[in-house]
Amino acid sequence: MSEATLLSVRNLSLGVRRKGRPATVIVDDISFGVAEGMRFGIVGESGSGKSMTLRAIANLLPAGVEVLSGSIEYRGKDLRAMPARSRLALAGQEIAMIFQEPMTALNPVMRVGDQIAESPRRNLGLSKSAAMDLAVDMMRKTGIPDPARRARAYPHELSGGLRQRIMIAMALSCSPKLLLCDEPTTALDVTVQHQVLRLLEQLCEDTNTALIFVTHDLGVVNQTCRELGVMYAGELVERGRVKDVFAGPRHPYTKGLLDSAPDFDQPDRELIAIPGFPPNLADRATGCPFQPRCAFAVERCATDRPRLESVLPGREAACFESARIFEGVTA
Amino acid sequence: MTEVTEQQSVLRVANISKEYSLGQGLLNRFGGAKKASLKALDGVDLDLRRGEVLALVGESGSGKSTLAKILVGALKPTGGEIHELGLAEGAGRKERSRHVQMVFQDPYSSLNPRISVGSMLAGLLRLHRVVPNSEVRAESIRLLNRVGLQEDALQAYPSQFSGGQRQRLAIARALAVRPDVLVADEPVSALDVSIQATILELFKSLQDELGLSILFIAHNLAVVQHLSQRVAVMYLGRIVEIADTAEIFSNPRHPYTRALIDSIPRMSADSVTDPFEVEGEPPSPINVPPGCRFHPRCPVATDRCRTEDPGLTPVGPGHASACLLAAELPPYRGVPALKEER
Repeated sequence: MSEATLLSVRNLSLGVRRKGRPATVIVDDISFGVAEGMRFGIVGESGSGKSMTLRAIANLLPAGVEVLSGSIEYRGKDLRAMPARSRLALAGQEIAMIFQEPMTALNPVMRVGDQIAESPRRNLGLSKSAAMDLAVDMMRKTGIPDPARRARAYPHELSGGLRQRIMIAMALSCSPKLLLCDEPTTALDVTVQHQVLRLLEQLCEDTNTALIFVTHDLGVVNQTCRELGVMYAGELVERGRVKDVFAGPRHPYTKGLLDSAPDFDQPDRELIAIPGFPPNLADRATGCPFQPRCAFAVERCATDRPRLESVLPGREAACFESARIFEGVTA
Repeated sequence: MTEVTEQQSVLRVANISKEYSLGQGLLNRFGGAKKASLKALDGVDLDLRRGEVLALVGESGSGKSTLAKILVGALKPTGGEIHELGLAEGAGRKERSRHVQMVFQDPYSSLNPRISVGSMLAGLLRLHRVVPNSEVRAESIRLLNRVGLQEDALQAYPSQFSGGQRQRLAIARALAVRPDVLVADEPVSALDVSIQATILELFKSLQDELGLSILFIAHNLAVVQHLSQRVAVMYLGRIVEIADTAEIFSNPRHPYTRALIDSIPRMSADSVTDPFEVEGEPPSPINVPPGCRFHPRCPVATDRCRTEDPGLTPVGPGHASACLLAAELPPYRGVPALKEER
């Protein structure tokens, strides 16, 4: 990586510890790095561990889920080894997060202007009025009409699109270096989604903010991100530039995802579903987790587990047969 | 794709409207202020042809689900008529429900968790006397096989199935009474992409093999384009454009349709910078703007649009648009070219 690495996740495993039994692994030994200003998308289906990975970085794991091993380094400092106070200071100021459902993530009994102003007051030491001015300014930047008046509104008085803009204004109020987005547009209508994605892209470009964008929508990731990680059953199975991965997937699951999603620009292409179901994470089989559903599987796939390895410059895949996947030759 | 016999409709609605009157504050009541009302549907005409998949698209609050509920008889419209063709005059509620069946969005909340799949299907088959009692079990198995499930599902409860399988059960339930029309309200939007494809294929096979007419409500235009023969676009309680699928996506004649198409996150092309990008969000159906209801967000609105309320008028064969400027819109540029490197 040429640019300075901002965040690096190394061999991170998340799971639920259980008494007397091995822990249930939700995210299994994943590693990736995010450079300054880079936009990194993580795609995968429900239960693939993409949201948990994001929550681990933000230190917002739900009760019961723990980091089993590995490290999360931000500017070379291990976040997990950091004292709680300094990690808290980092949150909001350097690392911010945008959630999927703006209604549940906002405080319903606090005016939205005050909610945006809270972080600048605490982190940047601004006075009450200066923080409020910044809040109104941020709201204007996110395209909220009549921001001074809207700042006095409560979340329930605003529409879904406006609430999501409030979340964005809140997250960007301290000019963070890293923005974590968990499906920020899934609850929005398409025309509003389009506006919000444009806005995110533009604000990140203006302030050179890096983005980790978790979504299940392949179109959205193509529009917003440059780099892509594909997760399946808690593992990172492919990584590379979005355009390259979409043009020639090197992992059968990525190929399956692309083949099963309807593409507006190729209306006559037949949709090919991935047979079977994702594995039960509580009892992992040995071998590749995708093997039972894979059309390319060979004998070795049932016993050995493939690791994420470089297959091309700037491209990694966790598959023994990745060259064959690329050529599209089934077993 | 199946051939759609021209103009043979199975379900036709004319000038349907649905209004909800809203509560009024005490002061307003004494002050004699006019009672507010929410117009969920405002004069909708729609014609579902035999054997076609008609997609209904639009943003939240456009009234698509209200229309679906009216079609299956779960809601009574405030005004307008529903003609169910191929149904005897004066048919009762039971017969009507047999004619039109519904599949809901959320397969987790639309199935009763305490009733096994077998008794769910058997109950329906017996109530509507679809088959003689001795054949109920065989018919249930046939239904399950039809939607791609096995016989052993009969003893199971909905909680034992995954989201995609539950949606199959919901479809089997709708098919049990042998309906002519299936109304599907966002049936794939709660499912993962890889599962979504299998359910879409199932809908396609129902159309091809059983000749079902399907009203498919969705917000994902890529899905709509894949499955449907015709598309109706709704905005604030009205249909603003209707045409054949290929026609509407290559030659949209309403600025809102163009904005919708341009908002699709593209997988293989870059996003569009069309002058038809819209600002803001749909206004509330409590205060529908005067004139054309789209004019506050419309990039090409003129003074005339602010006063005159356009109706759906034909702009081509099988193509109608509710835009005063439909004939003057600049030609659609279509699919954008792939940009090099960003």
